[in-house]
Amino acid sequence: MGKHRERIKESKSITEVLLSPRALKALVPSETSPEQIRNFCIIAHIDHGKSTLADRMLQLTGIVNDRQMRAQYLDRMDIERERGITIKSQAVRLPWEFENITYAMNMIDTPGHVDFTYEVSRSLAACEGAVLLVDAAQGIEAQTLANLYLAMENDMEIIPVLNKIDLPAAQPEKYAEELANLIGGDPADCLRVSGKTGEGVAELLDRIVQKVPAPVGDPNAPARAMIFDSVYDSYRGVVTYIRMIDGRLHPREQIQMMSTKAVHELLEIGVISPEPVASKGLSVGEVGYLITGVKDVRQSKVGDTVTTKLKPAVTALKGYAEPKPMVYSGLYPIDGSDYPNLREALDKLRLSDASLVYEPETSAALGFGFRCGFLGLLHLEIITERLEREFNLSLIATAPSVVYQVTREDGSAFVVTNPSEFPEGKIREVKEPMVKATILSPKDYVGTIMELCQQKRGVMVDRQYLGEDRVQLRYNLPLAEIVFYFFDQLKSKTQGYGSLDYEDDGFAVGELVKVDLLLQGEKVDAFSSIVHRDKAYAHGTKIVGKLKELIPRQQFEVPIQAAVGSRIIARESVRAMRKDVLAKCYGGDVSRKRKLLEKQKEGKKRMKMVGRVEVPQDAFIQALSSDEGQKAEKKK
Amino acid sequence: MSGPLPLGMPWPSDSKLALREQSDSFHAYVHIPFCKARCGYCDFNTYISSELGSTKREEFHKPLIQEILLSQKVLADSDFAPKKLATVFFGGGTPSLFTADQVSEILSTLESAFGLLPNCEVTLEANPESASEELMSGLKKAGINRLSFGVQSFDPEILRVLDREHDPKTVAGIVALAKQIGFKVSVDLIYGGPGETLDSFRATLMEALELGTQHISAYSLIIEPGTKLARQIAKGIYQEVDEDLNAQKFELASELIGQAGLEWYEVANWGEPSLHNLAYWQSKDWWGYGPGAHSHIAGNRFWNVKQPDAYAKALSTHSQVAGMEVLTRNQQLEESLMLELRTIFGVERKVFKELGISPALVAEQLALGAIELIPGDRIRATESGRLFVDRIVLDFLTK
Repeated sequence: MGKHRERIKESKSITEVLLSPRALKALVPSETSPEQIRNFCIIAHIDHGKSTLADRMLQLTGIVNDRQMRAQYLDRMDIERERGITIKSQAVRLPWEFENITYAMNMIDTPGHVDFTYEVSRSLAACEGAVLLVDAAQGIEAQTLANLYLAMENDMEIIPVLNKIDLPAAQPEKYAEELANLIGGDPADCLRVSGKTGEGVAELLDRIVQKVPAPVGDPNAPARAMIFDSVYDSYRGVVTYIRMIDGRLHPREQIQMMSTKAVHELLEIGVISPEPVASKGLSVGEVGYLITGVKDVRQSKVGDTVTTKLKPAVTALKGYAEPKPMVYSGLYPIDGSDYPNLREALDKLRLSDASLVYEPETSAALGFGFRCGFLGLLHLEIITERLEREFNLSLIATAPSVVYQVTREDGSAFVVTNPSEFPEGKIREVKEPMVKATILSPKDYVGTIMELCQQKRGVMVDRQYLGEDRVQLRYNLPLAEIVFYFFDQLKSKTQGYGSLDYEDDGFAVGELVKVDLLLQGEKVDAFSSIVHRDKAYAHGTKIVGKLKELIPRQQFEVPIQAAVGSRIIARESVRAMRKDVLAKCYGGDVSRKRKLLEKQKEGKKRMKMVGRVEVPQDAFIQALSSDEGQKAEKKK
Repeated sequence: MSGPLPLGMPWPSDSKLALREQSDSFHAYVHIPFCKARCGYCDFNTYISSELGSTKREEFHKPLIQEILLSQKVLADSDFAPKKLATVFFGGGTPSLFTADQVSEILSTLESAFGLLPNCEVTLEANPESASEELMSGLKKAGINRLSFGVQSFDPEILRVLDREHDPKTVAGIVALAKQIGFKVSVDLIYGGPGETLDSFRATLMEALELGTQHISAYSLIIEPGTKLARQIAKGIYQEVDEDLNAQKFELASELIGQAGLEWYEVANWGEPSLHNLAYWQSKDWWGYGPGAHSHIAGNRFWNVKQPDAYAKALSTHSQVAGMEVLTRNQQLEESLMLELRTIFGVERKVFKELGISPALVAEQLALGAIELIPGDRIRATESGRLFVDRIVLDFLTK
């Protein structure tokens, strides 16, 4: 009896949701007039509740019922859900009714991390409006601000929203004021919602219909669609997310990628609602996906323009750029025989991640591996974690490095992505990549932040107050200084309040030298690093000291030295182990001793032989990272 | 009490062992789990009177005899080829807390069950303080022909740290008496006790060598978790053991004991080899009688229930065995490497090959002077390599 009632109750709630009074009938894709389309994205910082708000929208518009609902519905990968960050954007079509007119609302979910700025810019380019979502207890963060600027540059309609108003620590008045200062307008226009309780979400959807302009395009022109995301699905191959600008696309026609001129057959086209639904096509202003059967995301590049082969467009849409790795690291299997497996795993990951680049590399210390380029440190971490988790590989990742441009006295030029490839001989100049960094923080921390930036060779550009107690600092900084856990240090020095965004700012000449590390007199390429001349001595001393702690005692003494060129700048040694034998071993000790041996064998698997020296796997990263970095590593 | 026993498979319900290759000799160990006081460093399976429950030391030869009779049946049922005992070893605990009559009864049961080889080595461990002339004479009569004295140190301060009760000045007299009665004598030393200097150990070695025994063992102290000494070190009452200093002490022992004419033959042993201990290191077949005792019978390792009360009860209801394992070929080979590399006789070279150890690794250790090739196609640790045997074995099995 009780069970029966339970079931009735459940089905009733599904019916209620399906027959949302706000949109009785969804519009048919390909037959929707641009006036009834609204394309928007949500700009938010990690943890400011974007995914939860998206969840509520999915429920409120009835496309996901309560039973199907799971937290962070749109975040597909395990890592995304575990870390609470969105790596891949998606587009969902939501039906909504406002003043008796039904609309198709396309919500484009943007990546929320500083490593993925380019992807964000393409997501923004697919929309006419942006919801600026800010945590009512924390205020805007640097990276949100950066994305907001991008949105404003694109002349997008900005809808300011304060989220998490249910929190006791929420200060909606204060942050409404701050948002109004940033984008203009009245603090009273700032919507207040709670993604958690659903409060204010319907009003937000109404506001989007009212404020965000309908898309504009020429339905009769040759088709042009912009790719704003491209993901690999092991069953379907590459799924490409597009925003139609002009014309129409139909299933089964030949389409062409304008950057590569590659032609594919359009096997399927449709919308996500929130699972893929095939349609008879897509027309002006619509957002959806297409599938051509290609297996490699690099054939469907973010930012590229899709047209038809039969009636091709002449001009591609603006803004396409090749993904550019900012950080390089060598990935090596602990067990050399895993090299082919690592290659295969990277080949597979590249299918879904066009920004991952790699080429084979050989290290005297670590054997065969790959030099991999990443968009940033988070990207590096995600990739290595996926390699270990999804492909069951045990890897050594060498300390991350940026790209250097090195010119020798004889005029020969080198691009160095691996410190061990730093050319020998007389060097005329070394250029390193620079960034423009924006840091937002409560004003109490300005002093500590300035100190940190100065340590990191930063040059201040300007300082602005955003409201009463928040400051924006802009710095020019060498990228190399911020890839090493700058963000973690910033966070710890500002008790979590400081936020950071940075953009590429070209190359600048720096006083840089290569510091080598020698174990038993032999250079260990994996431990080389490029540092500022003034920091070489301190760096050498630190790394030598760390290795002394990290390398266990061996049967022989292990001298550790740091050198710039042929000059030794620091030295230490790991004393030889004098004794490693259990004194007593009689009858009952045999089983015990064999079990101990089994345990020790496991421990040895985490050691890498460098010449004759056993080096623990994690020494390769730890030796070159800052202390703060190690802590951050551990807490993840 | 002592550390936990390994987990293992249960004893077969029909009490029949599936035998693998049998060794050419058979040995017996008898565990006497009693002490007057527990020494601070000791984690052996032994009990002082307040810990014993209903077990009575004066009666305890009875369950041991019961186990001997049981083993006779198990071995016969398992088709173990009958062999006379090559060695018998009474260990503990403090076996010298047994009366000569108790030892005699056990030995005669062993003799009637299996027989003793004519030159059977029969050793008993004794504490200097409990070895009276009367007891020693009785033991000689019972059939004991070798005594191993737990001397540990001649430095009263170190003996105090180790909780040993005897007066070092009495040792010389007791050893002389034992020799006079006709025993072969061994003394056990422990070095590396907190506070022991190199000079203190040198003095201990000199005094031990003065005794003119056939055999000396010198063990570096292992701080076993859960012991009183481990707690004292954790609290900072005593310093941690300095393994570098212990290495020096080992070298000193090698030098002085060698000069005195006793040849090194195992990591911690010099002199006329203990045939019983060699049996352990060469994976011979032995049955261990008594609480917590371990046995190795043709590839089967099993171990008894530890607590004396529980042991006696288990013996009279089903089986005294707490767990067992049947070694794989690979485990047997690894054991050979791990145990025989510790000895002067070394390991057969083919063991390396069968274990798949890279010749380059062996060559590297040869080049480091840690191991050497010896006649008979065998490999053993050199004098300097003896201090690294565990590491070398681990390297061989992992690289």
